Amino acid sequence: MRWDFIAEILPKLFRASILTLELTVAGISIGIVIGLITSLMRISGIKIFSAAAKVYVDFFRGTPLLVQIAIIHYALPVIFHYVPVAIVSGVIALGINSGAYVAEIFRAGIQSIDKGQMEAARSLGMTWGQAMRYIILPQAFKVSIPPLGNEFIALLKDSSLVSIIAVEELMTTGRLIMGKTPLVAEIWFSVAMLYLIMTSTIAVFVNYVERRLQIGDSSQRSI
Amino acid sequence: MIVVKDLYKKFGNLEVLKGINCHIREQEVVCVIGPSGSGKSTFLRCLNRLEEPTSGEIIIDNIPVTGEKTNINLIRQEVGMVFQRFNLFPHLTALENIMLAPMKVRKKSKKEAMEIAEELLAKVGLTEKRNAYPEQLSGGQQQRVAIARALAMKPKVMLFDEPTSALDPEVVGEVLNVMKTLAKEGMTMVVVTHEMGFAREVGDRVIFMDDGCFLEEGTPDEIFNNAKYDRTRAFLSKIL
Repeated sequence: MRWDFIAEILPKLFRASILTLELTVAGISIGIVIGLITSLMRISGIKIFSAAAKVYVDFFRGTPLLVQIAIIHYALPVIFHYVPVAIVSGVIALGINSGAYVAEIFRAGIQSIDKGQMEAARSLGMTWGQAMRYIILPQAFKVSIPPLGNEFIALLKDSSLVSIIAVEELMTTGRLIMGKTPLVAEIWFSVAMLYLIMTSTIAVFVNYVERRLQIGDSSQRSI
Repeated sequence: MIVVKDLYKKFGNLEVLKGINCHIREQEVVCVIGPSGSGKSTFLRCLNRLEEPTSGEIIIDNIPVTGEKTNINLIRQEVGMVFQRFNLFPHLTALENIMLAPMKVRKKSKKEAMEIAEELLAKVGLTEKRNAYPEQLSGGQQQRVAIARALAMKPKVMLFDEPTSALDPEVVGEVLNVMKTLAKEGMTMVVVTHEMGFAREVGDRVIFMDDGCFLEEGTPDEIFNNAKYDRTRAFLSKIL
């Protein structure tokens, strides 16, 4: 191992890691919004909504993210005649893709809440929307935190796929450096370590949030 | 106050309610008794349309409950319901459980809602539990909070769906006492129950339900001491 070479490329890889994080955070944020809407459509009981939600989820979970990125960056611009921007295409692809997974996470969370909660809320005169907002979703969101954390980590790793459209995140930067040097092992171990540091940090953070939320409604508070 | 005409309810091919007719007057306390599976809870849940009646008509306080044009949310504001399994909101404190509907549905200010909630908690004897979460309360305490939550909407009718069936025997009394107080204050109440002592003491009328029908109804004395039907007598002899 050439440690001096690693020290030399590390600042560059570090900057690229930040872009990877930014892509992931932007992607998961879009994913959470889309996922929430989709999960509500799915359980709304309105046929056209639930069917549309199902088609969306099935498509984006049933095709490779790599293909989705290619469609968004290469295929759609041909059809709709516009000039794609790599980073925008990347964020959109990650967002729409994670939206499909997040939708299923929220749906499972909502369905895990006891039926009596909705009945109690409705019996008080709340509308379906009010019951969802004040009663069901706060509880469903809490049970969704651990799988959301897993999705965040999965998305961070999957964000490496946007390297095919030349977004200069961690993976692409590694490849660019590789083009100029024979020190391949140093590069890829460094890249792997940086991914690992990011995913473990997120895991610790998610654990922390989960614990905080548990304290929020249990015996820890004084009566 | 409540008028029910030819109420039928089917779950698939299973006919649970087979033509119910009744008239419940204002301030009346009606206890519905009967074997499990006889349709008692389904009848109660049809009254505020938690179950959709298959056919028939329900009118509460001169407003039709059934029918396409009905805004069911408006009717439910006037019809409180207490569940067997309490169904308190676990992410909210006792006080917040009671305040939520007045604030979000009746559009009361937070201050007003809190006054209502404090008053009701005092009424059910749980002022000191105002900031407790449901899981920190005993079953009896949870059910009392649930009653307070329903009362916070100032309903005209209260429906009780086996309110003491999920409780330990030693706390049944505290819930029944709250219900007795309500009855004395003149609340119109429909109570599905297995508590024959309560039905006898508090009920103005007792309805014996069997196989989806109101087989027999009358004053507690008529039902408990002079039942006309063998089915009623057989049921009562088993349970008393």
